[in-house]
Amino acid sequence: MDTYYHPKDLPKFAEMSEGAPELAEKFFAYYAAVFAEGELTQREKSLIALAVAHAVQCPYCIDAYTQDCLEKGSNINEMTEAIHVATAIRGGASLVHGVQMRNIAGKISL
Amino acid sequence: MAHLQAVHNVNSNIYQVSNLKSFRNNLAIHGIDLTRKKCTTLQVNVGQLCNQRCKHCHLDAGPLRKEIMNEKTASEVIKLAGRFRFETIDITGGAPEMNPHIKMLISELAPLTSTLLLRSNLTAIAAENQKNLLDLLTDNKVTITASLPSLNEAQSEAQRGENTFASSIRMLRKLNAIGYGRPDSDLELNLVSNPAGAFLPTSQEQAEKRFRRVLADKWDITFDNLYVFANVPLGRFLAWLESSGNLENYILKLAEQFNPCTLEGIMCRSLVSVSWDGYLFDCDFNQSLQLYMGGRKKHVSELQDLPGPGDSIAVAEHCYTCTAGSGFT
Repeated sequence: MDTYYHPKDLPKFAEMSEGAPELAEKFFAYYAAVFAEGELTQREKSLIALAVAHAVQCPYCIDAYTQDCLEKGSNINEMTEAIHVATAIRGGASLVHGVQMRNIAGKISL
Repeated sequence: MAHLQAVHNVNSNIYQVSNLKSFRNNLAIHGIDLTRKKCTTLQVNVGQLCNQRCKHCHLDAGPLRKEIMNEKTASEVIKLAGRFRFETIDITGGAPEMNPHIKMLISELAPLTSTLLLRSNLTAIAAENQKNLLDLLTDNKVTITASLPSLNEAQSEAQRGENTFASSIRMLRKLNAIGYGRPDSDLELNLVSNPAGAFLPTSQEQAEKRFRRVLADKWDITFDNLYVFANVPLGRFLAWLESSGNLENYILKLAEQFNPCTLEGIMCRSLVSVSWDGYLFDCDFNQSLQLYMGGRKKHVSELQDLPGPGDSIAVAEHCYTCTAGSGFT
């Protein structure tokens, strides 16, 4: 194995149903329902997915949702802004934990 | 692969992509015999001269192209329209506005059909010398089908070239001002959106909803219908797919999205396409491959009868574009 990630593995996602078909069936049905047009448009959901893909740093999801965003009519500026939203939340999540650091340091410091 | 050649082996494919099923073979696997229905539409390609060099163009149209329909061929087309009375006549190019005989074609074809349609890139019609053309279109109630790939300037210009977006928006506003695409007007304005790259278009319904909202909010523009079309891997678009390494993935994606339901309404079943030099094809895309109607090169002046129900249709692997997802009408 020369690398853990192969682009050609992405279409094999459905193979995960082997071994636990009932769970996979429930997962994929849920997945399809989540991305169906609802109060949010499919285009908006795809932008959220792209942002989350970057937050969880999944190369499969980044590949899939970059293409999906374009196919749903988004443009590169919108997609870049979506990634900044993920970045801001990730960065903010680190920074806000600084409050814990300050609380602990405050408690044990003179 | 500068020029694709039509192949006659049912198992071969024009793109030489090893795991791509030939289109004809795929039809056979699905038990489909793709043949013609009643012919209702005449599509006239008046030439490959265009003021733009769009990257998705299947005919490689542009400002240096010399292939333009002459007056004699235009007259033959008018005679054909007079003999057979098509429900729709669809004028395309290149930029049809740049053909010197376009005004003659419009004024003489309009009385011969219930719907005369002009495909416009919106920038050629904006030229100084086209003022009378707009009056002619309005007087003859010609439907305008205009290209607007994206609501985003950069994405749109990546496909159509620099300085095309603002000019297109200005022309759409002008068309609205003279009544095109306005509610309660009988001047129909339709938009066409092609993806700006090697990916498939969004759903027509969702795209139309978004275009309607954004164009109205940002520029007070209205229109009648929006059509989304996938890009056909021919001509300049094919050259880009090859040079960018996207060809295999793109054509396989089109083939993977093959939807037999699209075949009922597919345009080649009811259309005759005439090239700039008067030859007959089953669709405008087949012109790029010189894939002639009925399998032989036939001029409009030789046509005795229209192709009819049950007649064969020339196909190759580019046809996967029209059968992918929701299809291409």
